[in-house]
Amino acid sequence: MDGIHDLGGRQGFGRVRYTCNAPAFHADWEVRANSLYAFAVRLGVFNMDEYRHAIERMEPRHYLTASYYERSLTGLATLYVEKGIVSREELERRADGLFPLAAPSAPGRTNVPTRGRFKFGDRVRVRLDYVPGHVRMPGYIRGKTGVVVSESPAYPFPDAHAHGVEAQDEPTYDVRFRSDELWANSADAALIHVGVFQSYLERFGGQS
Amino acid sequence: MPDQDPVIRRTTSMEQRVDAIQAALDERGMKATEAVEELNHLATEQWVPQNGARVVARAWVDAAFRERLLANGRAAVEELGLFMPKHHRHLVVLENTPTVQNVICCTLCSCTAFTIIGLPPDWYKDFEYRSRVVRESRTVLREMGLELAPEVEIRVWDTTADTRYMVLPMQPPETMGWPEEKLVGIVTRDAMIGVARL
Repeated sequence: MDGIHDLGGRQGFGRVRYTCNAPAFHADWEVRANSLYAFAVRLGVFNMDEYRHAIERMEPRHYLTASYYERSLTGLATLYVEKGIVSREELERRADGLFPLAAPSAPGRTNVPTRGRFKFGDRVRVRLDYVPGHVRMPGYIRGKTGVVVSESPAYPFPDAHAHGVEAQDEPTYDVRFRSDELWANSADAALIHVGVFQSYLERFGGQS
Repeated sequence: MPDQDPVIRRTTSMEQRVDAIQAALDERGMKATEAVEELNHLATEQWVPQNGARVVARAWVDAAFRERLLANGRAAVEELGLFMPKHHRHLVVLENTPTVQNVICCTLCSCTAFTIIGLPPDWYKDFEYRSRVVRESRTVLREMGLELAPEVEIRVWDTTADTRYMVLPMQPPETMGWPEEKLVGIVTRDAMIGVARL
């Protein structure tokens, strides 16, 4: 989904609020929220793609005003409710007030059947896919061309894995893009590397 | 009949939300409170940047380890007794040179190799870093205190799959010949993210 979470290249955000050796946590509840998440992973309540997608499905105004650990806890609570382990009513009764959750999910999809294999140095183009459910293709590379610099082992296909859809695991390719090809005349010069699933890619140009 | 509660209720605090989930799981016999205590300890005491610092220091003093680390990060860190979660299937170590600065980010969420380089700092998860570092890399690094010479090429790595990255910083020349244990002390998390040089 082209959601609010897809932040790469968006303009208007200010300076990074950077401090040297900044802490990961600012409050005791953040440590506990992180542990409740790790506990659910250990129990196998959900997979990583379901978790990431649950956060992406947060209402955009909520997403933008929530801290990282509020987003994490919202995703976690949404999945506990959707999987029927806890009800929203019980959570709101125990918490004594409204407990905002993420919006329902759209359908997922399986692998692209015509996906190809690529090797180091291949020029590839990111397909012009618009996906209603979970996808790990940041919008800033859609339709753009880059060069394969390495291949990672096969992972579950996120677009399926987040939705309980059957799919084959597939490799990801580290694809190198030039920033001036992603944002012509509007970016600092750099090479941007993105881990791109095989199903998101097609060969570009005539070379093998 | 309206299906909404006529009384507007307030949204609860984060503490109340955490308590609510934990209590609901405890009541189902899932022993959440016990697990949370154990995991709090892991998060604050064991998933710390000193792990990655040991990896970097070893790579500086042991050329053969450095080669194995660059070839297969996950297997190499296991030699030091360090492990990654199952879903982090691959660790790619990115070597800085005098003319290359690698920097890692996650524009879609906030993924990191947290068992190795430590849980990410607050700014790494903020919208400013996530939105800007891919498009305004040199500007963002400068704002964060890292002024790079114009000939230094910036390579940004966006963690969009379950491959995890860490940066192997350059060893400061004045520390050549130091013992490995002493080198561990100079490696920072921010250098392994790539927003600082040592």
